Amino acid sequence: MKTKRQIQNLIRHILLFIFGVAMLFPFLWMIATSMKTGSEVYTLSLFPKNPSLKNYVRLFESGNFPFWFLNSMYVGLVVTLSVLFFDSLVGYTLCKFNFKGKKLIFVLILSTMMIPTEMLVIPWYIMSTKVGWLDTYWGIIFPGLMSGFGTFLMKSFFEGVPNDLLDAGRIDGLGEFRIWYKIAMPLVRPALSALAIFTFIGNWNAFLWPLIIVNQIHRYTLPVGLSFFNGEFQTKWEMVMTGASVATIPVFIVFLIFQRQIVQGIALTGVKE
Amino acid sequence: MTNITTRQYSLERKKQRYAYTFLIIPMLFYIGIRFYPTFYAFYLSFTDWNIVSKNMHFIGLENYRRLISDEVFWQTLKNTFTYVIWGLPISLLLGFTLAYHIDRVKVGESIYKAMYFVPYITSMVAVAWVWRWLYQPVPIGVFNNLLTAMGLPTQPFLMSKTQALPSILATTIWADLGFQMIIFLAGIKAISPTLFEAARIDGANERQVLFSITLPLLKPTMIFLLITGTIRYLRIFTQVMNMTFQGEGGPLNSTKPLVLYIYTSAFKSFKMGYASAMTVVLFVIILIITLIQMVVTRDEN
Repeated sequence: MKTKRQIQNLIRHILLFIFGVAMLFPFLWMIATSMKTGSEVYTLSLFPKNPSLKNYVRLFESGNFPFWFLNSMYVGLVVTLSVLFFDSLVGYTLCKFNFKGKKLIFVLILSTMMIPTEMLVIPWYIMSTKVGWLDTYWGIIFPGLMSGFGTFLMKSFFEGVPNDLLDAGRIDGLGEFRIWYKIAMPLVRPALSALAIFTFIGNWNAFLWPLIIVNQIHRYTLPVGLSFFNGEFQTKWEMVMTGASVATIPVFIVFLIFQRQIVQGIALTGVKE
Repeated sequence: MTNITTRQYSLERKKQRYAYTFLIIPMLFYIGIRFYPTFYAFYLSFTDWNIVSKNMHFIGLENYRRLISDEVFWQTLKNTFTYVIWGLPISLLLGFTLAYHIDRVKVGESIYKAMYFVPYITSMVAVAWVWRWLYQPVPIGVFNNLLTAMGLPTQPFLMSKTQALPSILATTIWADLGFQMIIFLAGIKAISPTLFEAARIDGANERQVLFSITLPLLKPTMIFLLITGTIRYLRIFTQVMNMTFQGEGGPLNSTKPLVLYIYTSAFKSFKMGYASAMTVVLFVIILIITLIQMVVTRDEN
């Protein structure tokens, strides 16, 4: 009986591992090809004979790619900082203060999660043309400055912060803004890091809105640049794979470092972006 | 006594003032960047506006009437629902199967989770181009090279009217099933171990445990995944745009989803009013699904 279960377990491990490798196969192939040069690109070998980083060097030396990379970094960081600040402030306010219209405001913010982005992009685009935000960083950034999802997440985490601690701050003469920043915020750090990771990855990968708002090639974000890559590199697939690797590898690294927070956060909330 | 209550009262007043101060900028944001554009989209859907000509006419329901007789619109709607109807059940089934087995291994759980989950968080544009390359004809595409090596006939994949949609769907499911797996796994872990213990003492076999304990108790998880998944698959866009020739959802619109048609109508043909009418259709579909979720989960509670 015991050996039967052991064999069962072994089979389970073997199958999970084989399918897992199959899942990673496209990535393995992508990275392998990004390190191949010349005629080796179209061979079926997963291990390049002379692995080199030449393609990466070429990519970062070629005109626009470094801009795309930096644009994505910049946009991701600004949006993430803004979301962390505003979503936690609003979540805190809706959780710890009593005032007229509190419920209504909460429901209104929650209901924005139901509006699909696809419906908003046309009005956003028209608004941007009117105020001159086309082809600007601000144009890429402004729709994501706050999120209903993040506010909801932070509000539910502030429920766990005891009111006595906040009152102690009041007795010590701290202002309300400082009480939020100095006392409440450090207590919800796990939620903040989860929100930061989701927001950054979501923006790093965002495609539809940057595609619409940006026309000048040096203002592209990485995904937009990648999608027009073929034009620039004339279907040089090893270069496409190198670009895809650059878009993917930072997310892998973030994932490996924060795997626990990401998995817990996803399981807790079940929402991306 | 009165002194204390007035002090408390003034503290409450002060806190109220702070609350409103904290909320001013966010409320302006939500009104200006979320609600106003939503109403604006509805309004645009009743106009004939294209960005090139500066004048805008109110044309009532004309856009919606045109939609009803637009064959491409019906084709994209059909494609969109094909993605939902095939993609969602398959990714749910695979996600559950993986979660069920990963839950039962004692070592390596986090490695398996990582292996299956990583595609979900990577850039869909990058992923779409990698798969587009895998699907290429010989001598470039890896899949066709493998087929040749095994002595099988090569396949047109993305070039074929019948194979293109399933090919894109395979990529989508591959990228999506990690999410379903993680949520299912969390659901399984949340089931009280004493229930499994009790079942084992009663002599239930694994199949009985699965069908009479695990699956029934996962009902809320499944409802959640069904609703969010439907909405996610309804909004398919990025992979189709990046895997089809010139991002047109071809060959011959056979893979084009609703959102891609919205995008090309608005930003290639500049038919802003017409495209807005389509976004209203999408909004209404998503609204109906969200309302169904609310009703169902309320009944659950």
